[in-house]
Amino acid sequence: MKPVHYWHCFVGIQVREWLRFWQQRTRFFSALVRPLLWLVVFAAGFRAVLGVSIIPPYQTYITYETYIAPGLCGMIVLFNSMQGALSMVYDRELGSMRVLLMSPLPRPFLLVTKLLSMGIVSIGQVYVFLLVARLLDVEPPAWGYLAVLPALLLASLMLGALGLLIATWIKQLENFAGVMNFVIFPMFFLSSALYPLWKMQEASPWLYWLCQFNPFTHAVEAIRFALYLQWNPQAFGITAAVTLVLAGLATAGFRPQRTKILDTKTA
Amino acid sequence: MNKKKIKTLTLTALVSIASPLWAEMAYVSNEKDNTISVIDLDAMEVVDTIDVGQRPRGILLSKDKSTLYICASDDDTVQVMDLATRKIVDSLPSGEDPEQFALHPNDRHLYIANEDDDITTVVDVKTKEVLAQIPVGVEPEGMAVSPDGRWAVNTSETTSMLHWINTETFEIEKNIVIGQRPRHVEFSHDSKFAWASAEIGGTVHIIDVDKLEAVKVLDFKIRGVNQDKVQPVGIELTSDGRYAFVALGPSNHVAVVDAQTYEVLDYLLVGSRVWQLDLNADQSMLLTTNGVSGDISVIDVEDMKVIKSIKVGRYPWGVVIAPSS
Repeated sequence: MKPVHYWHCFVGIQVREWLRFWQQRTRFFSALVRPLLWLVVFAAGFRAVLGVSIIPPYQTYITYETYIAPGLCGMIVLFNSMQGALSMVYDRELGSMRVLLMSPLPRPFLLVTKLLSMGIVSIGQVYVFLLVARLLDVEPPAWGYLAVLPALLLASLMLGALGLLIATWIKQLENFAGVMNFVIFPMFFLSSALYPLWKMQEASPWLYWLCQFNPFTHAVEAIRFALYLQWNPQAFGITAAVTLVLAGLATAGFRPQRTKILDTKTA
Repeated sequence: MNKKKIKTLTLTALVSIASPLWAEMAYVSNEKDNTISVIDLDAMEVVDTIDVGQRPRGILLSKDKSTLYICASDDDTVQVMDLATRKIVDSLPSGEDPEQFALHPNDRHLYIANEDDDITTVVDVKTKEVLAQIPVGVEPEGMAVSPDGRWAVNTSETTSMLHWINTETFEIEKNIVIGQRPRHVEFSHDSKFAWASAEIGGTVHIIDVDKLEAVKVLDFKIRGVNQDKVQPVGIELTSDGRYAFVALGPSNHVAVVDAQTYEVLDYLLVGSRVWQLDLNADQSMLLTTNGVSGDISVIDVEDMKVIKSIKVGRYPWGVVIAPSS
């Protein structure tokens, strides 16, 4: 296999992802409405409640809207990744995932490319969210919009790999919604997306430790620091390490034929 | 050629060595710590903390910015600090419990509000002589002298008044009632207007100095902040007459006001209980003292953004900015 084959495959998967995105334009807006509701309604009520404390990467006091914006970027990526995983289960049931995996290219490459493609679509949504947030006085430095790109890519890879891993465990599409409730909500709420960790520590040391062990916390912190032009090696390192582990497990465990329909047929 | 080159290089080197010396320093009085924090505004960090008298509150600079005057309220004195050595070199009689004061443009007459005695004391800083003690309203607090030197204005908290003192005769010529608990007065640089804040009233009165009457009363509303917490205190005006900044106490915001149209342009979030303000020499930077959170916030005036908050001592009260000595 020559690099050009890999490139063709990469472009093919990418184009398919964008086509799917274009066909599901309403999904794009609904994905945007969710974080904007959090920003405009939820954060507005907490404007003066959060209390004051300057924590890195911020240099001064910030409004609650400013605090939760990076967490909401993470939320967009989280929901999209899980929705991507759902679509993989769906694809698998319909067999189009099997068509993709029939490619002679190595399976890990195909799966990682698929994750990247999903990630790039999410990142487009995050940027639209950040632009709307700017109109609502969430104003990170201009270069922050560029600096946040690697952090977003890493976060979307990590969460995509997690989605993929979950997809390998699920035998039926119907089971997916239940699993999502056990993944998306705890991941989002038990993280630094909504409250700084010192606030969690004040509430309960257990909550604090749960948040610390949640890789989503570190993905959000990597996004937060990068958006404010600061380098957080710990958050980046943990996110990257978790990505590697999850992607390794997911690609190794992914079996296209592992669905109930097929199982019944083969049985 | 070589000589010229060496000369240029030496000059460049000298300039680059000297440039940190032109940096500005902020001096902040810490009411509960009995100290003055010194902040290098280039590095944006505290570089020194100096012990001073008890409960330092109002601070101001001599006209040449080489001397710092400090109201040591609980020591009933005004301390004099030489900024070159950062040592207290003298103390002046001040009357009881001095809180705020103002220096006449003659660089000698210091007008001091004595909160407990209901008087304003005038001291000559050179001879240390008390020139006058002028009875004013109950709980005198704010103090200002017009840049043209004609008026000294004292605010009395309980009587809610501005007392206009003729600086030639040391006598009150007019009293003006403004909002409840007036805290601070600031003159425009052309001496034509005086801005006076009323803490409980939640207002700022703008007084036409020729007519000695209010031409405008400002009030403030901050989204998401209870109106009771909007308590105007310190005021700072840019010398080009473009902006006024009003510290809004426990609302933790500074209001940016268009000084021509009197329209409130923005509210900037700073630390807890923002108290006093000062602009640097080129007016690109505004500093606020935040009493409860124990820090100062730095505002970029061009962008109208708070760029940093720096920890100082407990209950920072006053702030002044001077060139590094």
